[in-house]
Amino acid sequence: MIEVLQYEFMRNALLAGLLASVACGIIGTYVIVKRMAFISGGVAHASFGGIGLGYFFGINPILGALSFTIGSALVMGVVTKRTRLPEDTAIGILWALGMALGVIFVFLTPGYPPDLFGYLFGNILTVPASDLVIMLILDVIIILVVYLLYKEFLALSFDEEFGKVAGIPVERLYLTLLCLIALTVVVLIRVVGLILVIALLTIPAAMARQYTYSLKKVMLLAGLIGAAFTVSGLWLSYALDLPSGATIILVGGVSFLISFGFSRARLKREHRRKVSSSNTRT
Amino acid sequence: MDDKEAIRFNGVWVYYDGVPVLKDISFSIAEHDFLGIIGPNGGGKTTLLKVVLGLITPSRGRVSVLGQSPERSHHQIGYVPQYSLFDRDFPISVWETVLMGRWDKKGLFRRYGEEDKKAVHQALKTLGMLDYQKQQVGKLSGGEQQRVFIARALVSEPKLLLLDEPTASVDSAIQSDFYELLADLKQRVTIVLVSHDISAVSIHVDKIACLNRRLFYHGSKEVSAETLESTYACPVQMIAHGTIPHRVLKEHPHDD
Repeated sequence: MIEVLQYEFMRNALLAGLLASVACGIIGTYVIVKRMAFISGGVAHASFGGIGLGYFFGINPILGALSFTIGSALVMGVVTKRTRLPEDTAIGILWALGMALGVIFVFLTPGYPPDLFGYLFGNILTVPASDLVIMLILDVIIILVVYLLYKEFLALSFDEEFGKVAGIPVERLYLTLLCLIALTVVVLIRVVGLILVIALLTIPAAMARQYTYSLKKVMLLAGLIGAAFTVSGLWLSYALDLPSGATIILVGGVSFLISFGFSRARLKREHRRKVSSSNTRT
Repeated sequence: MDDKEAIRFNGVWVYYDGVPVLKDISFSIAEHDFLGIIGPNGGGKTTLLKVVLGLITPSRGRVSVLGQSPERSHHQIGYVPQYSLFDRDFPISVWETVLMGRWDKKGLFRRYGEEDKKAVHQALKTLGMLDYQKQQVGKLSGGEQQRVFIARALVSEPKLLLLDEPTASVDSAIQSDFYELLADLKQRVTIVLVSHDISAVSIHVDKIACLNRRLFYHGSKEVSAETLESTYACPVQMIAHGTIPHRVLKEHPHDD
């Protein structure tokens, strides 16, 4: 494993995986506790519109995705909060609309678009250094905003109604959180692709929360779990010559099932212990 | 100046999609009163609390809370929502939950400080929950969770405490503890408690109102079976324990 790091693309891939796990650890935790997986999926898929836009105007598709994803996150947030459309309906419509726009833009671009598959399903082995810089900047923004707004995001996720009563600007904070999800999506696109992004936003945090009930520790643990997934998935995909994005997700999915089984068994054991100790008392 | 008004409603109407949820509500309570509002589910109890909190603006009528508009007085109100609504798996401790109640003393971007910690410590002590401060809120029993949410409401040092269905899914042994607690708190704050559960409104309540879209306000806490029947719009069995005085009140003017 060590010797493959002499290749620059391997070093970049490893760095990309680690940068991605920072974002998915922090923001994935909010996605899980505030139950925002579906809207995150919508934002991730709509980002394809931005990729297409990037191709069409001849700019870096990641930058196209960045602006488009933030835009679609804000639209989804405002539509779900302010209109009477059911939330899942609104998200479903915008989800498909974003993708359709992407397809049209790609179609209108002269010539054959290179590596579209990489944006859809990820290709961590072809991440250029310039994209690593973008990922690093987005990670720094995410950490900074969450650091500054930690107590507000906690109130928003736990009890939005109470937040409103206390005078917290919950709608603006919700939109801010959606923008952070949009940034995370962009960070993750290079690693696992926009279709698989939702797995890295949910699996590490969902696993982490089985082991701790402190939100900060869930974030930290989810980041570490995400790093373990990307590094081991990357290694497996290299060793078995499989697509990297899908391998990372499969490693995550299998780990989640195992961890879920263990935590169920643990809960059952605790339950039995409680029952037997209350039996001995009587 | 002991009899300052805590809440005054003047001909308040609230509509949802053209359907009136609150009809022509008028009442007032003085500071340090303990008002119990009972009525069936869907009778507008939570809506009424949300009007007091300034979360819902009435379609017609005037509301003043602690002498100001609800929007301006909300930071003096402690609110205990129906606690059954939160996610039991949420990774948050008792301490963090109560600390949240200090938000409006801080505002955006500012960290909680020593003063906030002291206030949380004090509130948890008042409610006998200090030993539970590190535990996860969702893992506590119903009665303990209720205490945590009251602590969160009290930690902002409110003048008015609103409780929405506080005795739902709490067993009766804990309920009586709970009323003793409220009787203590009554010395410091005005309390409004809403419930669909008639037995929730006990001897500690000073005043009773019955709410089913319209509000029937009784200056004192005597309620008859007839009163309850016209509120619930169906026959009600009166089950009362202990020392609730029974007295027949004048009948409400019937709706429509």
